[in-house]
Amino acid sequence: MAQALQIVVCAGIVPDPLQTLEPVSGPNGPGLKNEMVLPAVLDPWAACALYEAAQLAAKNPGSKLWLVSLGPKAKLQQVMMTVGQKAAFELVPVDGPIGGFPDAHSTAAALAEAIAALPGLDRERLLLFGGWESATRGAGVTLQLVGERLGITDQFQGVDQITLGEDGSFEVLERVEGGRHQVSVCAGAPAVLGWATGNLAEPRNNPQTGMANMRGILPALQKAKRVELAANGLSYVSVGLPKQQRETRVEKNMAADEIACELVEWIGAE
Amino acid sequence: METILVLTHVDESGSALSKASLEAVTAGVELARQHTAKLTIGILGVDAVAAASTVAATGARLLAVSGEAFAQPRYATDAAGCEALCRAAQASIVLAPGSSRFTRVAAGVAHRLGGFIDTHITSLSSNDAIEATRWFYRQRVEATISRDARPWFLLLDAGTHTAFAGEAGTAQVEAVGVTLPAMRTTVEGLRSPMRDAQTIRPDAKLLFVAGAGWTKKQPDGQIHVAEAGELILAFLRLSGASLGSSKSLADQKAEGEESVLPFLTHMNQIGQTGSTPRHAKGLSTCCHGEEPHVVGWRFIGERRAISLDPNCGWTRGKADVVYIADAFQVMAQVNALLEARSS
Repeated sequence: MAQALQIVVCAGIVPDPLQTLEPVSGPNGPGLKNEMVLPAVLDPWAACALYEAAQLAAKNPGSKLWLVSLGPKAKLQQVMMTVGQKAAFELVPVDGPIGGFPDAHSTAAALAEAIAALPGLDRERLLLFGGWESATRGAGVTLQLVGERLGITDQFQGVDQITLGEDGSFEVLERVEGGRHQVSVCAGAPAVLGWATGNLAEPRNNPQTGMANMRGILPALQKAKRVELAANGLSYVSVGLPKQQRETRVEKNMAADEIACELVEWIGAE
Repeated sequence: METILVLTHVDESGSALSKASLEAVTAGVELARQHTAKLTIGILGVDAVAAASTVAATGARLLAVSGEAFAQPRYATDAAGCEALCRAAQASIVLAPGSSRFTRVAAGVAHRLGGFIDTHITSLSSNDAIEATRWFYRQRVEATISRDARPWFLLLDAGTHTAFAGEAGTAQVEAVGVTLPAMRTTVEGLRSPMRDAQTIRPDAKLLFVAGAGWTKKQPDGQIHVAEAGELILAFLRLSGASLGSSKSLADQKAEGEESVLPFLTHMNQIGQTGSTPRHAKGLSTCCHGEEPHVVGWRFIGERRAISLDPNCGWTRGKADVVYIADAFQVMAQVNALLEARSS
């Protein structure tokens, strides 16, 4: 039997992974060079969470899906032009700084406040989705902190699959060490699910969905509340790029058996 | 003066500390020595007291939270257990392994204690203050951070410290009581998604990465996916390597196409939306070596690649050696040599 779900997806925006990143120091701490003009995308793991949420909502009529995202309004608008064509949702933008260097605790506080203020949200029915880590800070703590602030004590991280039961319970598969999944059954919402890749491919753009979403996205962006993120005692001693360049030997004319001999020696060497 | 707590948990046996926990113990012992700090070790597990003997040689105060409720990793119970250990220890610095069990709960525990957390710590250093190094932007930017706020939780990446190996002894363990919350989640066990042999081997010396090229048309105009699968599985069996994948190859399976390698899942995926494993060596095959994939190779020591494309990303300073060759031919020869050596 289908059940009306209330799903909130927390998703940040990140620089397109193909962009070159160069850290710089600014008056508010470290950042990325030309950060505001770098092309941005929805955080990849959080995007998986959004697509899973959208499919769940579509399968369960009467469900409601919110996308809560913290970032500069202009960048959010740019990213939502694309994301808005992939899934139907109500955007809840929070106007704040971009990037991975602000403190996760402050980010979580701002997100939790925005979620707690959502009109029509029944917190007892809340499924809080997001990526298990971001592609910026990559700490994997923001979603847990939001969950704690909302009083949710059933939390799952590295989720690849949930299967809803008729009684509102769900089976969840979480990634654990050694390429395995831990299988758990939760009595039901409220719960926090930090998604890994899930099992869905990226949906194709749907202009009709995009048109419908944009009617809500633009007014929401105009009304987005501005937040400042406290450092909570966090300071950066140094920020830099690693030494990436290796002296590459390119072998273009070796025969397969020669390569094989060299590789076997290399594999066996200590 | 700092007081240091190392939070640890038992492994699947239920009565021994996990390897990642023992690595955190090493980090705690070193940090306590540098700061002349009081060291406490907290142990969480079904039989935490039994596990304590392996760290008796540290001379640390030992706290334990034990019981059937802690036999399985679960947010509600683990968070309550860790919170109890932290309150008993009253530490200003809390170190813990970045295992799946503690990654799930540590942020919540820090919040309950009014503390702050940083994760994926790869090294700790001490000048006037404790400093921790970690990566941002998926291993593309490295930063050293510090915090004034306490308690400060630091989750250490696996493989960044040696596992503590002191002589086992009789340990004086203080049992810490926990008020258990309502348990709405039942852990049913572990499931391997692999249809064939386990291909993800975190302790392997070699990472073998398969790219989408294995499923493309070969010089005869045909695809040879079955042969590719046999070559790869034979190599894994003969070499003991761990199997990684590019996103494009893992995605082919996700889209339900038939012409893919059946033993690969997204669990094998390396890179931007995959894992960043630690291995001494890595061999890439039929993969372009683009940046979103290569960020997952940050902690691979020696890197070699086999590619038909002389302009692939690996040739641009991302690998030590790149062989411009047909991986089908090379890996068949490699397997034959390894087979001959093993017999």
